[in-house]
Amino acid sequence: MTTPVLSRATETADPMPGVLVLDDVTKSFTLHLRDGLTLPVVSGVGFAVRAGECVVLGGQSGAGKSSILKMVHGSYGVVEGRILVMHDGAQIDLATADPRIVLQVRRRTIGYVSQFLRAIPRVSALDVAAEPLIRAGVEPGTARDRTAGMFARLNLPERLWSLPPATFSGGEQQRVNIARGFLPDLPVLLLDEPTASLDQKNREVVVAMIAEKKQAGTALLGIFHDADVRDAVADRVIDVGRFAESPVAA
Amino acid sequence: MNTEARAFDWAEAPAIATYNFAYLDEQSKRMIRRAILKGIAVPGYQVPFASREMPMPYGWGTGGVQVTASIIGPDDTLKVIDQGADDTTNAISIRKFFQRTTGVRTTTATTEASIIQTRHRIPETPLTAGQVLVYQVPIPEPLRFLEPRETETRTMHALEEYGVMHVKLYEDIARHGHIATTYAYPVMVQGRYVTDPSPTPKFDNPKMDQCPALQLFGAGREMRIYAIPPWTEVTSLDFEDHPFAVQAFDRPCALCGADDVFLDEVIMDDQGGRMFVCSDTDHCNGRQQAGHAGEQET
Amino acid sequence: MPAMQDMAAEQPLMSVRDLTHMYGNRTGCRDVGFDLYPGEVLAIVGESGSGKTTLLNCIAARLQRTSGTVAYQMRDGRMQDLHALSEAERRFLARTDWGFVHQNPADGLRMSVSAGANVGERLMAVGQRHYGRIRETATDWLGRVEIDHDRIDDRPGTFSGGMRQRLQIARNLVTGPRLVFMDEPTGGLDVSVQARLLDLLRGLVDDLGLSAVVVTHDLAVARLLSQRMMVMKNGRVIETGLTDRVLDDPQAPYTQLLVSSILQV
Repeated sequence: MTTPVLSRATETADPMPGVLVLDDVTKSFTLHLRDGLTLPVVSGVGFAVRAGECVVLGGQSGAGKSSILKMVHGSYGVVEGRILVMHDGAQIDLATADPRIVLQVRRRTIGYVSQFLRAIPRVSALDVAAEPLIRAGVEPGTARDRTAGMFARLNLPERLWSLPPATFSGGEQQRVNIARGFLPDLPVLLLDEPTASLDQKNREVVVAMIAEKKQAGTALLGIFHDADVRDAVADRVIDVGRFAESPVAA
Repeated sequence: MNTEARAFDWAEAPAIATYNFAYLDEQSKRMIRRAILKGIAVPGYQVPFASREMPMPYGWGTGGVQVTASIIGPDDTLKVIDQGADDTTNAISIRKFFQRTTGVRTTTATTEASIIQTRHRIPETPLTAGQVLVYQVPIPEPLRFLEPRETETRTMHALEEYGVMHVKLYEDIARHGHIATTYAYPVMVQGRYVTDPSPTPKFDNPKMDQCPALQLFGAGREMRIYAIPPWTEVTSLDFEDHPFAVQAFDRPCALCGADDVFLDEVIMDDQGGRMFVCSDTDHCNGRQQAGHAGEQET
Repeated sequence: MPAMQDMAAEQPLMSVRDLTHMYGNRTGCRDVGFDLYPGEVLAIVGESGSGKTTLLNCIAARLQRTSGTVAYQMRDGRMQDLHALSEAERRFLARTDWGFVHQNPADGLRMSVSAGANVGERLMAVGQRHYGRIRETATDWLGRVEIDHDRIDDRPGTFSGGMRQRLQIARNLVTGPRLVFMDEPTGGLDVSVQARLLDLLRGLVDDLGLSAVVVTHDLAVARLLSQRMMVMKNGRVIETGLTDRVLDDPQAPYTQLLVSSILQV
C-alpha cells in the first residue's frame, strides 16, 4: 500500500503523515427500533497522530470523542472514510479491515485504556493487567513482575493485587486498567479518560507515564476532561465539535 | 456330520417319528449352516440368524441347540455339559433331546466326543482337531454393558471403536483394585472383533487361543451366531499394568488332587462343611480312575 | 506487506460455504459461510429456532447438510470436506481432534461409570493401555476443571450440575482437540455456577490455544468467550463481525433488538 492521498478534511499535510491517520471519517447510528432514525455523530473527521505525539480530542460531552476512539479501536464500525494505521510495517485501513486483522492490530499495534474496566470473574488484578503482555509473548513470570512494578508505581495497595477487581473502587479499577493498557510497548495508545477517577497524586503518575510513552515514540490519542492533565500531556487538541452534524431523520 | 452317511431307521424312534432328524427341518438347518459358515469366515463377528422356536425355554440353550442340530450327523458322538458337569438338569435334558431326535451316540468323555455342547465351561482336557465346541450364549454383545443401542454397537464393531471395553475394565480396577470381571471376560479375536466368550470363567479364556477345535457360539433369544475357527488368535483384553490373569485356587481338587483346574465349591452339610472339587466331572473321574486322589475321598 | 501475507499464508481451521440444511420444506439453516482460524472462538447467537444448533450439528458432522461445504484442516494440513470423509474418519476426528460440549451434561457423559472412566475413555479409545497413566491423566484433568481428585471414582450422578458440566469439558479436552463445539454450555446452570464455568472455559481456551464454536442465546457468554460472533435469525446469518463491535455497534435491526433486550443489572 502506498502513502495515502489525504483528503481536504485532513488537517496535516505533513510528509510524515503519522502512525495513525483518520481520513474523512463519518459515524452515525441507525436506530432500527426507532423507525430507522439516523443519529449522526461525526462526519469528515480528519487528522493524524505522529510517533511521540499526544493528540487530545476536545469538545463538549456528546460531541463524539469516545466514538472516534472506539472506531480506532474497532469496537464501533466506520460508516465512511478511512482509518489508516502502520501495522507490522505496512499501512492498513481499519475501517475495512477483516476482524482478524483488527484483533491482530489490538495485540501488536494499538493499545487501549477504556473508561471502565470490564471485570472478569475470578481473575486476579495482577493477571488481568498482565494478560496483554503474556499474549504478546512475554514470559508469564516476567510479565507479572513488570505488572507488579507498575501497580506499585500507581500506588495500588498490594493486598488487592491477587484479588479479582470486580469489587474494587472506581479509582482502583481504573489503575488496573491503566496498567493493562500501558504495560505493552505498542506503537499507538488510545486513552479514554484514564484519569477521571484518580486523585491528584495518581494523576501525576499517569501524566509522567504518558510523557515516557511520548519519549519512547508512542503515538497517543486521548480524551481528558481534567484540564490540568490535558494541558500537561497534549501536543495538540482537536476540537471534535467541528465534525458534528445535526440529527436528520431517515 | 453328514446326514446321508447312515440310513436312519425311523422305526427305532417311534415317539418322534413325525420329526425330522435333529428336530429342525432341513431348510432351517441350511439357513443356520450359512450363518455358521459366515461366522467362521469372519472370526468373532456376530452373524444374525432367524432363530427358531425350540421345545425349551429361552435361556436353556436354544441357540446352542440350534447350532448343534444343524451340524450333527448320525456318525457324531455328542457330549453335553453344564458348568462342566455332564449330570446336571440342563445337560441331561439337552442330551436326551438329541438322543431322541437323532439317535446318535452320546458320551461324557471329552476325548470321545465329536461335538461338545457347553454351558459356562470349556473342558479341562485339551480339545483336538476335528472336534466342535458349541457354546450356549445368553448375551452375545460385549459392548452392551456401556452401549445399549444395537445400531451403535454394530457401528462400533464395524469401525473397531473398542475404547469402551477398556472403560469397563478401568471401572473394575478403580472399584476393586484389580480386574474383577471373572465371567464373560471379553476377548479380541484375530486382532479384529471384540467378542463375548459366553459366561465361561476367565479361567477358560486361554483355552480359546489357538484351539485346534472349531468353536461355535449360538444365542437363540438374541438371534446371533459367531465362531472362532481352529488355530485362531484369541487374546483377553487387559492393561499393561494390570495384565490378564486367570483365577488361582489355593488348594487342589478335593477328589482328584488336580491343581491346574477350575474348582467348584460344594456345600457338604448345614454345619458349614464344604469342599472344592473339579467343575469338570469327566476330567475329575478320569483322574480318579487313573489313581489320582485328593485329600478327601468320597 | 508482510502482515497481510502472514494472514494469507495462515489457513483456516474450518471453512464453511453456502451451508444449508432443510428439514423437509422447513429451513434449518441456509447459505451460511464463515472461516474459523486456529485459536479463534466464534459465538453463534440467536433465539430458539434461529437455526444455530442445526448449524452447529452440521459443521460438527452430526447432521447431514442439504448443500454447501464444510472443509476442515486435518492434522497433516490439508483441507478436507467433512462430508467426503468416511464415517470411520469422521468419528475418529470427533473423538480425537474435536470436542462437543452438550447443554445437558448427561448427553455427553456416561452416567453409569465413574468420573475417572469418563475422562479416560477417549484415551483408551486411541489405544492407551496403561491404567496408571490413564488415571494420572484423568486426575490431572479433574484438577484442571476444579473437581477434587477424591471424586475420581464417583459417578457423575452424584455431581452437581456445574460439576457435571466441568466433567464433560475435561472428558472432551483430554485428547488435546484443536476444535471444540459447545451447545449452550452454560444453559441450565445457576448464575454463579455459570460465571465459574465461563471463567474456567475462558482460561482453558486461552491456555490450550483452542478454537471453538459456541452456540448461545446469552450475549454475556458470547462477550466473555468469543472474539467474533454471528447473529442468526430464521436460519440465516444476519450479522457477523468482531464480538465487541456487534454488541457495541449493532447494525441489523434484529441485533439491535437483541442487544437492547438485555436486562441491565
